[in-house]
Amino acid sequence: MFTIRKYVLASDLSEAYELKKKNRNNVILGGNLWLKMGDRNIQNGIDLSGLGLDQLEEEGDSFCIGCMCSLRELETNEALNHYFNGAIKEALRHIVGVQFRNCATVGGSLFPRFGFSDVLTIMLALDSYVELYDRGVIPMKEFSQLPVDNDILSTVFIKKDDRKVSYQCHRITETDFAVLTCAVAEKDGKYSVVLGARPAKAVLIDDVELLDPWDEEQVEAFAETVTGKTEFDSNMRGSREYRQALSKILIRRGIEEIRERNR
Amino acid sequence: MKIQLYLNGRRIEGEVKSDTMLLDFVREQGMKSVKRGCDTGNCGLCTVWLNDKPVLSCSTLAVRASNAHVTTLEGVEEEAAEFSRFLAEEGADQCGFCSPGLIMAVLALKRENAHPTELEIKEYLSGNLCRCTGYQSQWRALKKYFGVEEEA
Amino acid sequence: MKKMIRNYVNQPVVKKDAASLLSGQPVYTDDLASSSCLIVKLLRSPHAFAKIRSVDISKAMLVPGVEAVFTYKDVPQKRFTLAGQTYPEPSPYDRLILDQWVRFVGDPAAIVAGRDEECVNKALKLIKVDYEILEPILDFEQSLDHPILIHPEDNYVGHEGQGTDAKRNLCASMVHEEGDLESAFAECEYVIDETYHTKAVNQAMMEPFATFTSMDIYGRVKITSSTQIPFHVRRIVAHALDISKSKVRVVKPRIGGGFGAKQTAVCEIYPAFVTYMTKKPAKLVYTRQECFISGSPRHEMEMKVRLGADKEGKIKVIDLHTLSNTGAYGEHGPTTVGLSGTKSISLYRKLDAFKFSYDVVYTNQMSAGAYRGYGATQGIFAIESAVNELAHKMNLDPIALREMNMVREGDRLTNYYGEVTNACALDQCVSHVKEMIGWDEKYPYRKVGKNKVRAVGMAMSMQGSGISNIDVGSAQLRLNDDGFYTLLLGCSDMGTGCDTILSQMAADCLECDMDQIVVRGVDTDQAPYDSGSYASSTTYVTGMAVVKACQKMKERILDAGSNVLQCPREDVSFDGKRVYSIKEESLSMTLADLVTNLQAGADDVLAAQASHHSPVSPPPFMAGAAEVEIDLETGKVTPIEYVATVDCGTVVNTNLARVQTEGGLVQGIGMALYEDISYTEKGKLRNLNFMQYKIPTRLDMGKVRVDFRSSYEPTGPFGAKSIGEVVINTPGPAIADAVYNGTGVRIRTLPITAEKVFMGMKK
Repeated sequence: MFTIRKYVLASDLSEAYELKKKNRNNVILGGNLWLKMGDRNIQNGIDLSGLGLDQLEEEGDSFCIGCMCSLRELETNEALNHYFNGAIKEALRHIVGVQFRNCATVGGSLFPRFGFSDVLTIMLALDSYVELYDRGVIPMKEFSQLPVDNDILSTVFIKKDDRKVSYQCHRITETDFAVLTCAVAEKDGKYSVVLGARPAKAVLIDDVELLDPWDEEQVEAFAETVTGKTEFDSNMRGSREYRQALSKILIRRGIEEIRERNR
Repeated sequence: MKIQLYLNGRRIEGEVKSDTMLLDFVREQGMKSVKRGCDTGNCGLCTVWLNDKPVLSCSTLAVRASNAHVTTLEGVEEEAAEFSRFLAEEGADQCGFCSPGLIMAVLALKRENAHPTELEIKEYLSGNLCRCTGYQSQWRALKKYFGVEEEA
Repeated sequence: MKKMIRNYVNQPVVKKDAASLLSGQPVYTDDLASSSCLIVKLLRSPHAFAKIRSVDISKAMLVPGVEAVFTYKDVPQKRFTLAGQTYPEPSPYDRLILDQWVRFVGDPAAIVAGRDEECVNKALKLIKVDYEILEPILDFEQSLDHPILIHPEDNYVGHEGQGTDAKRNLCASMVHEEGDLESAFAECEYVIDETYHTKAVNQAMMEPFATFTSMDIYGRVKITSSTQIPFHVRRIVAHALDISKSKVRVVKPRIGGGFGAKQTAVCEIYPAFVTYMTKKPAKLVYTRQECFISGSPRHEMEMKVRLGADKEGKIKVIDLHTLSNTGAYGEHGPTTVGLSGTKSISLYRKLDAFKFSYDVVYTNQMSAGAYRGYGATQGIFAIESAVNELAHKMNLDPIALREMNMVREGDRLTNYYGEVTNACALDQCVSHVKEMIGWDEKYPYRKVGKNKVRAVGMAMSMQGSGISNIDVGSAQLRLNDDGFYTLLLGCSDMGTGCDTILSQMAADCLECDMDQIVVRGVDTDQAPYDSGSYASSTTYVTGMAVVKACQKMKERILDAGSNVLQCPREDVSFDGKRVYSIKEESLSMTLADLVTNLQAGADDVLAAQASHHSPVSPPPFMAGAAEVEIDLETGKVTPIEYVATVDCGTVVNTNLARVQTEGGLVQGIGMALYEDISYTEKGKLRNLNFMQYKIPTRLDMGKVRVDFRSSYEPTGPFGAKSIGEVVINTPGPAIADAVYNGTGVRIRTLPITAEKVFMGMKK
């Protein structure tokens, strides 16, 4: 059962932050999808809708995405998807349905750092940052490792750094939670991999070298090493063993897609 | 608290709680076409338009509809007539419980993209579940409505 | 009899309720409930098995707005079943409205009624139940003769002839054998001996279980409910409340799907009890989570099959043992299991011997119920899989093996109460499906990419048309002003369109326009008795009642015409519009004038009623074939196309029969590939919602193509049989064989997940 005692339309971020800090039952309202499914008695439901944070803008060397921007906007934004060759759309299109993604927000998807998150998986593969009210701007990787606390995520920045990204996932049905998500990125010949829905939250592995993406043996070894460095577990969607196997397959497919594009 | 909004084009005022969902609010206002089919945002039965965008009214706080335009099937009778007729002609209404949500999503797609491909249609409607039809008769109605040729 | 006119039968007639459904009219249970209803909710057990020591409701009663809290101490102590079956129900009487024992996670321990959801939810949290936690039985293979008894109570009632023995956790048991099994096996060149396992799956109809109740002006409990079985609900609630059936009235509005789920009175007793006790209106609408944790899903079954054939491939003998998991209560337990043997073994003709035996056991999981296919789906998965395995073992094409062995028109059905099939076009269905899918080009598989193959597989299916000698359908016709008819029915249109197809039949029988037939939803005070809409009975059984009622009505019109026109009865004729003398041209009267005449100062208002039951249950047949794409690296199976050809006898409504088939096939695809009810080690359901229980979306089904090859069933209305259930049975075995044909991996436990295929390929 989900209840909200009081609805507060925040007039600025500092008001929202001060209120959130006061009580663990004071919560920022995102799209209200995941929140509503939980069994929570919320004291103050804090709404950032009035702060103009629902915009997605291309500014200089970055895309700036407000925390209240919907996943659907992220998925359909032409400039963003053109720049990353549709990888973001590919990561989002499996999330339930259009109505769901019209409600779900970028902030609400990222802040809880859900294990199943497609959004966190793709963001970690990009040179991206979050702006937190208290902590300031930090890299996505650092954010992903922080505990869920009282801070407020206001904006996401994605750097236009010419990287190539491929989004891969395995699902039982097309719009189910993923059994495994995998994003492979390449910049200046350096490959990195994000693995999510392990089922724990996504992790970025960027310290394994792949010299020649056209050498099948090297690619196999790379996928093997990255998989070996990553922890997997079992849940009702798949076993640890299966996820390990999928990991190698999806990493290789990601590399194949990128190298084709680079050809 | 009091909210003001446009429901199917008519300005109304209503009393809601902090956690009243738009679904319950519009049903209380008599818009019974809007159905509850799940607790998790998966089924699409409660689809309404919030400022012309299809959203899940089961997950949208009523207070967030303040000063907004909310549209339910009751408000787009004329616009829905053609597609509804195609559904009826295929027997695709069946139990009818998912039909209003489906129709709202289909009309929204038509407004966004008048000439979608087969895949675009199916992806756009993947959040609208139906258990009676197996979607195939809906697909026949959709093909007529959007004038699409089936991909081989 | 004059040749039947067919202006509407066999046409794509639009459903009578289409316009109101498609414009979102308030026609479903929750739309109609008054806002003055008390909100009813159930406190559910967190334990798989426990005995309640005490319940403290004092704090809950203090919550403002709470009207009543009931516990096991407040309810009648006569046991009953919630199964919607003709009385006396084969299902054991093992239920109370609230019991001192809770037998699965979700079993109700208390009922709370109050002014609104908020106060009821608050009260639920304040009820203190002291549970004595008991060790549960969660593995159905361990249940029989286990020292733990799930139904230890001494007022348990098992019914004669079902093999029920609660002291062994046995809900039902039976052995049926014909011929000499072992000597038949001794003569076989090839024997398949395998075990198949189908899981519980949820009907997942879009409208949740919903009921509201009130006292009517005559002091009776009036129940408005989303149900397939209004007359059974009347009896079940009367039993549960231990009151006379005359004190209960049931109204069925439009229903948002049932598929068998609503053939069990899942939620009616709770608001009915509240209204009976408080005299106030009450409403209970299940959340989707409640539909999952306390619904009425398909029985999980494990089937051991031994199947033998001679060296040419003639199937000689089948031995099937089914173990069925009925869960905590026995609804439909003794009956679903029977179909796992009757509807599967009977697909094959002229066996030398067969044996069919079963045990149905209790476990501490939610009670199973009726789901489209009703045991046949499970049995057909096993037998059709085994026949496919036989084909591969013999290096024979599975279709060639079917052609040699499948049942033909005129055959005595192998395991079907001695019935002979008078109408069977299964052979045409098989050959047509073969052509539709392009079997010869595609079998067994084609490579379509570096790591991808496309493979095909097929299966056959049969079902029944109603329950022979038991279920009754009725129709009542009244002739009204202007010559329109009111057709009163007791069967339940749950979206299937039976109000429409029965009107089509009536319009053709009475030679009038569809618009002249008025139908209405069921009200047990007004409709004639009907067992309800289940067991694929409505078109075949109630349809025949409609045909008979129409014949009687025509006789009555001729009688009245003879009187009014003052001419001999044998000279009077009726063409749907006019009553006239065939001898005297001037003696003629429109039907409207005849009614006007009869309504003013006459003694007779024309009405006709007929009931029908059938001594046989003619099976519809079908063949289905799947083409799937398999990712040879991940094991992922993607449905590409499913084709099916159905013999349901005469197709009454060409649109609705097609939609029934398509809908059933996609439910079957869901069961084959995605749907799986599973529990934690403590017996808590894992699939609480549509996030965790995945039914196919329109992206998960591929294309579906359907065609018909109609036989003519002489005992059915206009030659019709049934269609509702037969259509769900083939996807499981057909897809399993396609996967085998593409990968060499045989999956014998549904669903066929990528992981299972992957692990199989790794071996």
